[in-house]
Amino acid sequence: MSKWKHYFKSYFLTELRAGLWLTWKHLFKRKVTVQFPEEQTPQSPRFRGIHALRRYPNGEERCIACKLCEAVCPAAAITIEAGPRESDGTRRTTKYEIDMFKCIYCGFCEESCPVDSIVETRIFDYHFEKRGDNILTKEQLLAIGDRYEVMIAQDKAEDAPYR
Amino acid sequence: MDFMQLVTEGLWIVAKIAMILLPLVLAVAYTTYAERKLIGYMQMRIGPNRVGPKGWLQPIADVVKLLMKEVIVPSGANKTLFLLAPILFIAPSFAAWAVVPFDAELVLADTNAGLLYLLAMTSIAVYGVIIAGWASNSRYALIGSLRSASQIVSYEIAMGFALVGVLMAGGSMNLGDIVEAQNGSALHWFWIPLFPILVIYWISGVAETNRAPFDLPEGESEIVAGFHVEYAGMAFALFFLAEYANMILISILTALFFFGGWLNPFQGIPYLDVATDWVPGTIWLLLKAAWFLFMMIWLRATFPRYRYDQIMRLGWKVFIPVTVFWLIVLTFWIKLEWGWWFDGRGIASLGGAS
Repeated sequence: MSKWKHYFKSYFLTELRAGLWLTWKHLFKRKVTVQFPEEQTPQSPRFRGIHALRRYPNGEERCIACKLCEAVCPAAAITIEAGPRESDGTRRTTKYEIDMFKCIYCGFCEESCPVDSIVETRIFDYHFEKRGDNILTKEQLLAIGDRYEVMIAQDKAEDAPYR
Repeated sequence: MDFMQLVTEGLWIVAKIAMILLPLVLAVAYTTYAERKLIGYMQMRIGPNRVGPKGWLQPIADVVKLLMKEVIVPSGANKTLFLLAPILFIAPSFAAWAVVPFDAELVLADTNAGLLYLLAMTSIAVYGVIIAGWASNSRYALIGSLRSASQIVSYEIAMGFALVGVLMAGGSMNLGDIVEAQNGSALHWFWIPLFPILVIYWISGVAETNRAPFDLPEGESEIVAGFHVEYAGMAFALFFLAEYANMILISILTALFFFGGWLNPFQGIPYLDVATDWVPGTIWLLLKAAWFLFMMIWLRATFPRYRYDQIMRLGWKVFIPVTVFWLIVLTFWIKLEWGWWFDGRGIASLGGAS
């Protein structure tokens, strides 16, 4: 009996018609597309986008070249060289580079930083135009930090109660 | 004077060819747009909407992009055959349009062997595919073309048998006569007596044009793009154009063979009949064809790709027996003049002579 049922179902295309009915109904459903540049999806303050190096309010860079981020980075995207700064002899980075092609945006660098220097901002729509542009230098990272400091500080403050 | 007459006649035929092919190419361009939009809608997206208002200029942008791209000939490829293949593929798919009637008198070549010619033209396209796959000097292309060849050959048989059914029902190989034989009302069309054949013809048609769910020759997820992996720019565009031209052809043929072609669907219904009398037959034909084109896109949005052995099983073990069975049923149907489809063609009207 089940054999005949099977033949009936396959020759009358029962399941195929059920599938077609489903796509037909979807044809008239509400569309969920987000028109990106004009519309954006909501973001969490914990969003992990492009990196930035922060400064203290007095303008001093936070990074003390402890190299924890470099050590924790699972993709080995961070390269740091350290040395005493010429003006006052404090320990600073002489080179701080992130290869954005290697970075997997895990946020471990941010987690490991003892002075909240390296952070990931919520900027995610950026691009590179030349080969080599993917390696962000210390100056570029500090510039990003300067530019978005208000937003970064606000995001960190919002997230602070949960840490 | 005789020579001048020949020239003017030739020019007139060329003009008629252009009158068929130019709208066809435009229709192909906008079929791709309709396909992207419809599949988008069925997946709850909105499809292309950036180029021009609502994305209407998207196909134009695509054409310009393809025209400006370089045609790359892979190293080790047979250059002559490589460049010949797209032409061999597109020529039959355009040539088939010669016998398609758009209205009672609107046909380029009103031949009596129209059906046979169509069958020949749709099967000859497989040479383009095989040559493209072989000349590309690429494994994927060769696998794709082998798949395509065996698939087209297999489904050609079921399709041929289905067309035999149409031929029996219409009593002619001339496409115009087949449509005229369906004259009467929507219930006089051949979709009722030929229903199983209609389904099989339609599915074989989808398989012949290498469309999803029978798109194994292209099989994006397995063999990249099948027989045309190595093609770029205009050479690729020709393959694309031919595939979509074939889709439109199959849709129009389904409308002609089973759904009364250019005949008014409201024929025989009082009032509606008169109210829609002003609509030209071509419009009806194109509307019917558009529905089948929509069906093709709908199928693609719905079904996953067949496995290779399943395609072969379906073609040989299901379609061919079913069509042959229905041909036998149809023989009795016609000879015994059941219903109103085959008046004057059965034993009774021939005085029992046949």
